[in-house]
Amino acid sequence: MNKEGKRKIWNDYQKEIADDKYYFVRSCIRQTFFPGADSTYLKILRKTLGKDVHESENHTTCTGIGYHTEVVPFPTIQTVVARNFALMKEAGYENYTPSCVTSFGIYTEILDTWHHFPEEKNKTREFLRKATNREFEEPKNLSHTSDIIFKFRNEIAEKAKYKLVNKETGQPLKVVDHIGCHYAKMFPAKGVGGAEYPQVLAGMVETWGGEVIDYPERRHCCGFGFRQYFVQANRGYSIAASKKKFDSMEPFKPDFIITNCPGCNYFMDRWQYALAEMEGKTYGENGFGIPVLTYEEVAGLILGFDPWEIGFQMHQVDIEPLLKKMGVEYDPSQKFKGPNGEDLGVPEVPNNLKFIK
Amino acid sequence: MGKLFDKLNSDVRFVEGIKACINCGTCTAICPAAEVYDYDPRILANMVQTRDDSVIEDLLKGETIWYCGECMSCKTRCPRQNAPGMIIQALRKLSIETGLFVESEKGRQQLSLKRMLGDTVLETGYCVHFDHTELSMFPELGPVWQWVRDHRKEVLNKVDANYMGEGPGAIRKISKENLDELDKIFEVTGGKDWFNKIEEDSARKAKEMEIEISDGKNSPYFREVYTKNNQEKHVRS
Repeated sequence: MNKEGKRKIWNDYQKEIADDKYYFVRSCIRQTFFPGADSTYLKILRKTLGKDVHESENHTTCTGIGYHTEVVPFPTIQTVVARNFALMKEAGYENYTPSCVTSFGIYTEILDTWHHFPEEKNKTREFLRKATNREFEEPKNLSHTSDIIFKFRNEIAEKAKYKLVNKETGQPLKVVDHIGCHYAKMFPAKGVGGAEYPQVLAGMVETWGGEVIDYPERRHCCGFGFRQYFVQANRGYSIAASKKKFDSMEPFKPDFIITNCPGCNYFMDRWQYALAEMEGKTYGENGFGIPVLTYEEVAGLILGFDPWEIGFQMHQVDIEPLLKKMGVEYDPSQKFKGPNGEDLGVPEVPNNLKFIK
Repeated sequence: MGKLFDKLNSDVRFVEGIKACINCGTCTAICPAAEVYDYDPRILANMVQTRDDSVIEDLLKGETIWYCGECMSCKTRCPRQNAPGMIIQALRKLSIETGLFVESEKGRQQLSLKRMLGDTVLETGYCVHFDHTELSMFPELGPVWQWVRDHRKEVLNKVDANYMGEGPGAIRKISKENLDELDKIFEVTGGKDWFNKIEEDSARKAKEMEIEISDGKNSPYFREVYTKNNQEKHVRS
């Protein structure tokens, strides 16, 4: 095999990822449903890796979900994005790192629009001045937060307490990677491995000891579909897409699913619960679901962070079967306790999906 | 070439979204919407390529353009780098601009989206806010979410969130100064006019349908558009 040629081709699927001084912006869905994943990311970046990460309290939603439901017009979202860029400039940073995949897609789309249609950028500049008197610059580097963890996957592996390995059998854990559509499907060159050869999560899994499952519907959408989820009448679209994926991955017996998109993580977790309750179907072992983890949560887990500080108790599909396979030391009695050990009661147990109280 | 087509063609997303479709059908093969709805992005591309205003008007009035999930899987796979998902964005914009969105069941849903997402953006600075995630609207949030909501202060504190607090952090309160800037952006860029347009055309339709629209998420018209699903109309026969 001509390895030189292969390397050359693979170069087309790489992207430049800044190595420090990050401007961090949050995702509406991530911080609402998996806020511990955000905290884990910042802890890893700042404490484990010693990086400079700045977060402004002044940034707002990018309005991406509103844009993809035709509630927010294009000139409006361009100006909101420009304001977020202006805040970065004012803070003295150049490397923009959103934790949201919808936002990441919004930023790539808008930067591409400004490149091909400079009049849109000029118009946005005028709007921003008029509304806020602020000035913006485009980021020097735009990387999704999963790109950052991918970049430092080896450093994380060196400091890891656990591996993605079944402690009893010594075999690599079998992992389904699911990448949010707007990470690389719109602009493949902006994602590690593009849309065709997704590497951003696979790279982490393999470096941390696991094995990636290449199943038929690996690249299928989770089914968010924006208005297809938010409007109750359309929700069948959403759950049907996730079901198609679960049915496709089931024969490969995945130990867990890893995602890089806040929405996907929510849907793959909650639709397993809904399918169990609606149809009595469960996809994991012994009546459990397949655990669904964000990449920050997986990184925190192998580094030995406390599972309940990572926030696994906020998932509807239990993570404990995975913790047991990996031999993670944890205190089950603290799952539903408050920060100071307060008793907070326990959630109701679903009818069909097995759930540890 | 008609007036509606000219309007479509003035949208940069339409310009980027279609360049002489070769009718290979790859977009339809991989489209998640085409699996569950009577929806075919290949045919949609053909329809707009006719540049025929009567064809475009039918699209603006009909159900078809609201089936897409804007996942943009079509953009990845198209050998011509076209994106039916972007054509859809331009068509939906024109449907709202012309007020024709209220003529279809799926188009009428726009009122619920404006009230759920649009109003939330201006009120809180988030598209989705923790306090708005009620199980009555989203039952699949599950019992674990009810527990989280019931003990939000303690649970969110344990995972180091800054629920409704000052300064940075997850689920922080976004200050009035920042919300005022956001509001001003919506005002100067036409975002507020857009909200008003959705409300006004929906009110006109609600009157025609004799359903009370009023404000908020509990009015009969909101409930009607949020929950109504004539399934047999939307699936392929």
